[in-house]
Amino acid sequence: MDDARPYGRRTFLAVTLGGISALFWAEPAWRAVSAAARPFENALPPGLVPSGWRIYTVAATMPRFDPASWRLRIEGQVSRPVELDYRQLRALPRAEQVSTFHCVTGWTVKDVHWAGVRFRDLLEPAGPLPGATTLTFVSAEIPYVDTLTLAQAHLGDAMLAYELDGRPLPREHGAPVRVVIPEMYGYKGVKWVSRIVVGSDAQPGYWEQRGYDVDAWVGRSNGL
Amino acid sequence: MASDPRYVERFTRTERTLHWLHAAAFLVLLGSGLVLYVPRLSETVGRRPFLKDVHVYTAVAWLAAIALVVAAGDRRRLAATLRELDLFDRDDRLWLQRIPRPQGRFNAGQKLNAALTAAFAVLFAVSGFFLWLGERDPRYRFASTILVHDGLMYVSLVLLVGHLYLALIYPSTRHALRGMAVGSVRRDWAREHHAKWLPPGEP
Repeated sequence: MDDARPYGRRTFLAVTLGGISALFWAEPAWRAVSAAARPFENALPPGLVPSGWRIYTVAATMPRFDPASWRLRIEGQVSRPVELDYRQLRALPRAEQVSTFHCVTGWTVKDVHWAGVRFRDLLEPAGPLPGATTLTFVSAEIPYVDTLTLAQAHLGDAMLAYELDGRPLPREHGAPVRVVIPEMYGYKGVKWVSRIVVGSDAQPGYWEQRGYDVDAWVGRSNGL
Repeated sequence: MASDPRYVERFTRTERTLHWLHAAAFLVLLGSGLVLYVPRLSETVGRRPFLKDVHVYTAVAWLAAIALVVAAGDRRRLAATLRELDLFDRDDRLWLQRIPRPQGRFNAGQKLNAALTAAFAVLFAVSGFFLWLGERDPRYRFASTILVHDGLMYVSLVLLVGHLYLALIYPSTRHALRGMAVGSVRRDWAREHHAKWLPPGEP
């Protein structure tokens, strides 16, 4: 046994220290190689690997979309409350964009193709009153809720999206409509939106009640 | 069993308890983790808040139980086993280069598996702890934590599949499962596969 060497502990220490150091370099390293991994991910059946997306929910079950009974209410500080069915929503002026989706937990999906309605076009029939400054998005996934200021909602690339990558929004992405605001982290993008309340005070949203920033600017909030 | 001369003890009760505790916790953590991670499973199973609790509390129980078993178990034999797992002699190094050499109570592959499994356990615990903490305090929210945790899952899965193949299917090693189940293995099997542990010719 004179020739015995402690390779066991060396392996253990090297892997452990390498793994802990990866807490500081894994994300940039993955960003550098993930473009190469994309074709392999795309070849797999959808939903099997997260293909960049991770699905976060807060309720026991995901809301189920029924085109016949689904309604979107726009109410609060408006000239007249509006209730849109799915067909009426799709008849509003269509906007499209390709943008990057950032999650506050660190993952990013590049080149996401969204189609939907700009908030200006969506709110026009209801007519927000002059004092109104905020939009509160109430999800069918109770108790998820979040608020954007009107100025944020009117950013050029914010929308209420009903298509993702050329297909109707899948259930796990918030079917039939979700908020998209690429300049902010994903938790501002309420999924399964069922009600929009026009108001003048920003109540903290679901994650904001749990310590996340109300203004979730990518790269400039949440200590990132 | 101890009196049956055809068998020899390979694992103490403490070692077996640790192994099965780790295995059970790993499977619960893997199952609940996959439902949280794989979109199709998330959709069909749902119940994310509940599964998140299962995942987190299982992790805490797993660490506490391991500490408890080590504290209450046969620490002297455990320390001896740790030493055996640590040391790779010349035969072990040749064996890893696929040159057949007599092996001790653990072959070099089993020693490597033990070192990797232990390292992965530490890394799962550390990255999982930061995922938990980061949700509560943004100062501990690192962009890479989730990638490390997920990446560990993939490599552990590969290691687990190899381990299960050798323990359940591969003819010359699957007898080892008996040792982990009841503690003892056949003397003639041990002589053949772990000749430096039980040299041929000994009673």
